[in-house]
Amino acid sequence: MKTTTKITVTAVLCVAALYFLIPVYWLVIASTKDTGGLYSSSGWWLFNPQLIDNLARVFTYNDGIFLRWVGNTLLYAGVGATLSTWVAAACGYALAKFRFRGRETVFNLVLGGVLVPFTALALPLYLLFSQLGLANTVFAVLLPCLVSPFGVYLCRIYADAAVPDELLEAGRLDGASEARIFHTVVLRMMAPALVTTFLFEFVGIWNNYFLPLVMLSDTSLYPLTLGLSLWQSTSDREPVLTQLTIGGALVSVVPLMIAMVFLQRFWRGGLTEGSVKG
Amino acid sequence: MRNRLAVAGFLAPFLVLFSAFFLVPIGYSIYRSMTLVERTGPLGFGGAEQVFGGLTNYLWALQEPGFLAGLGRILLFGAVQVPVMIAAATVLALLLDSASARWKGFFRATYFLPYGIPGVLASILWGFLYMPGVSPFSELLGVEIDFLGQDTVLWSIANIVTWSFAGYNMLVITAQLNAIDPSLYESARMDGANAWQLAWHVKLPLIRPALVLTTVFSIIGTLQLFAEPMVLKELSTAIDARYTPNLSAYSEAFVNNDYGLAAAQAVLLALTAFVLSFGFLKLVGRRAP
Repeated sequence: MKTTTKITVTAVLCVAALYFLIPVYWLVIASTKDTGGLYSSSGWWLFNPQLIDNLARVFTYNDGIFLRWVGNTLLYAGVGATLSTWVAAACGYALAKFRFRGRETVFNLVLGGVLVPFTALALPLYLLFSQLGLANTVFAVLLPCLVSPFGVYLCRIYADAAVPDELLEAGRLDGASEARIFHTVVLRMMAPALVTTFLFEFVGIWNNYFLPLVMLSDTSLYPLTLGLSLWQSTSDREPVLTQLTIGGALVSVVPLMIAMVFLQRFWRGGLTEGSVKG
Repeated sequence: MRNRLAVAGFLAPFLVLFSAFFLVPIGYSIYRSMTLVERTGPLGFGGAEQVFGGLTNYLWALQEPGFLAGLGRILLFGAVQVPVMIAAATVLALLLDSASARWKGFFRATYFLPYGIPGVLASILWGFLYMPGVSPFSELLGVEIDFLGQDTVLWSIANIVTWSFAGYNMLVITAQLNAIDPSLYESARMDGANAWQLAWHVKLPLIRPALVLTTVFSIIGTLQLFAEPMVLKELSTAIDARYTPNLSAYSEAFVNNDYGLAAAQAVLLALTAFVLSFGFLKLVGRRAP
C-alpha cells in the first residue's frame, strides 16, 4: 500500500473526527466557566475553571428539579424499553416460529408501522389521553412508547435464524408450557437481538421530544430533554440558566456517549440482521 | 389447539398496544381532520358543536401559505441534506473498511458518539456554537458569521441533523460491509482491481440494501423535523411558528386550538412520508439488477 494513500485516508478520517468532537470539546470547556466568562473569554480555552461549583448549582437549583428529570428519564426510557423489548420479542418469535392464518397480514402491519412518522401520532394521542384524563401523567409518555414495530421486525428476523425448531420440539416433548419455553429457552437464544432492540428503544424514548412536550404540562414530570430546553428558553429572563443549561447538558450527554462507545458492537450485530434481508 | 392459544398469547400484547397507540390514533386523527367546530348562538357564545366537514380542513391546510412554505422548505432540506449525509456516511464507512485506515475502532466510536445525544440537546449545544458573541467558529475566523439568519439557518439545522446521524448511518453501512464474503475481494484483486475499483465496483453495489434502508429512514426523519427548529426558534428570528409542517401542526393545535386543522396537517404529513418513502423504494427497486 502506498504511503501517500495511507496519509490521505488518515487525514480525511482525522478531519471527520474533529467535526464530530469539536462541539463536545466546547461543551466540556464551557461547562467549567462562569456566566461572564462564557461571553468574554475564548471558547477554545479554559477560563477560571469552576466545574464543581457549576455542577453543584445544576443539581441544587429549584430544589433539585434536575435530579427529578434524571429520574423521570430513567423511568420512561428504562421501563419503556424493557417492556417494549419483551412485547416485541414475543410477537417477533410468534411470527417467526408458528404457522397461522393472518401471519403475513400481521407482519405487513408491523412493517407499515415502521414507516409511520411518530409525530403524526402524538397529536391524536394527546386528544385521546386528555379525554381519558390521562394527559399530563407518567402513563401518557410511557404507554405509547411500549409499541416498537422496528423491534418486532428485528426480533422476527433474528428468531427465524437463531432459534432451532428441534429445540422447541424437545421442550414440548418434556411437557413444558409454551410460555415456559419462551421465557427459559427462546429469550436466552434471542439475547443479542433483545439487547439491540432494548438499546434502540432506549435511545428512541430518550430522544423523543414531541410526545412529552405535547403530553406534559407539569414540569416535575419532565424528562431531561424537556427540562433543559425549558431552562434554555427561559434563560433570557434568568441569565444564570444559560450556565445551568450547559452544565446540565454535559451531565446528561457524557454518560450516554460513553455507553454508546461501549455498546457499539450490539448495534452492528443487530442491524446486519435487519439490513441484509431488508 | 394448544398451538393456536400460544400464538394468541404471544401476539396479544403487541397487537393490543399497536391498536391502542397506532391504529386508534391514526383513525381518530382522520376523524378529527374531517370535523369542524361550529359556534352557535349570538356571537358564537351559544356553545361549540362538532359537525362533519368533509375535506374542508384539508383545503384550508393546502391554502395556508405558512404550511405550504414549511412543506416546501423541508422538501428542499431533504433533497440536499439526505444525499449529503448518506454520501458522507458511505465515504467514511468505505474509508474505514479499506486497508489504508488506521485506528479504526477509535474513529468509528468517535463518529457514532453524537447518536447518543438527543436532537434537543444537540440543538441546544449547536445553538451556543452558532450564537453571536459566544460562537467559537466566529472567534476562530475573526469575523461574525451569521449562522442564524434568514438564508443560513436552514443549513445550520441541516448541519445539526448531519452531525447527529451521519455516524449512525455509517454504522449501518459498516455492518453490511462486514457481512460481505471476503472471497469476493480475492477474486476482484486477482483480476487486478485496485482499492478504489474494489470500493466502487464491488463494495458499493453490495451495500445497496443498507443505503436504501438508511435513506428511507432519513426521509421519514426529515419530514418530522421539529426539535431542532423548535429549539433554535429561541435564538433566531428567521424561524417562525410554521417553519416546518410539524411546527405548523403543533401551533395550530396548541396555540390556536384548531385540532381539526392540526389533524389534517398531521395526516397530510404522514401521507407525504408514505408517498416519498414508497416512491423511493419503487424507484430503487425498478433499477435493481
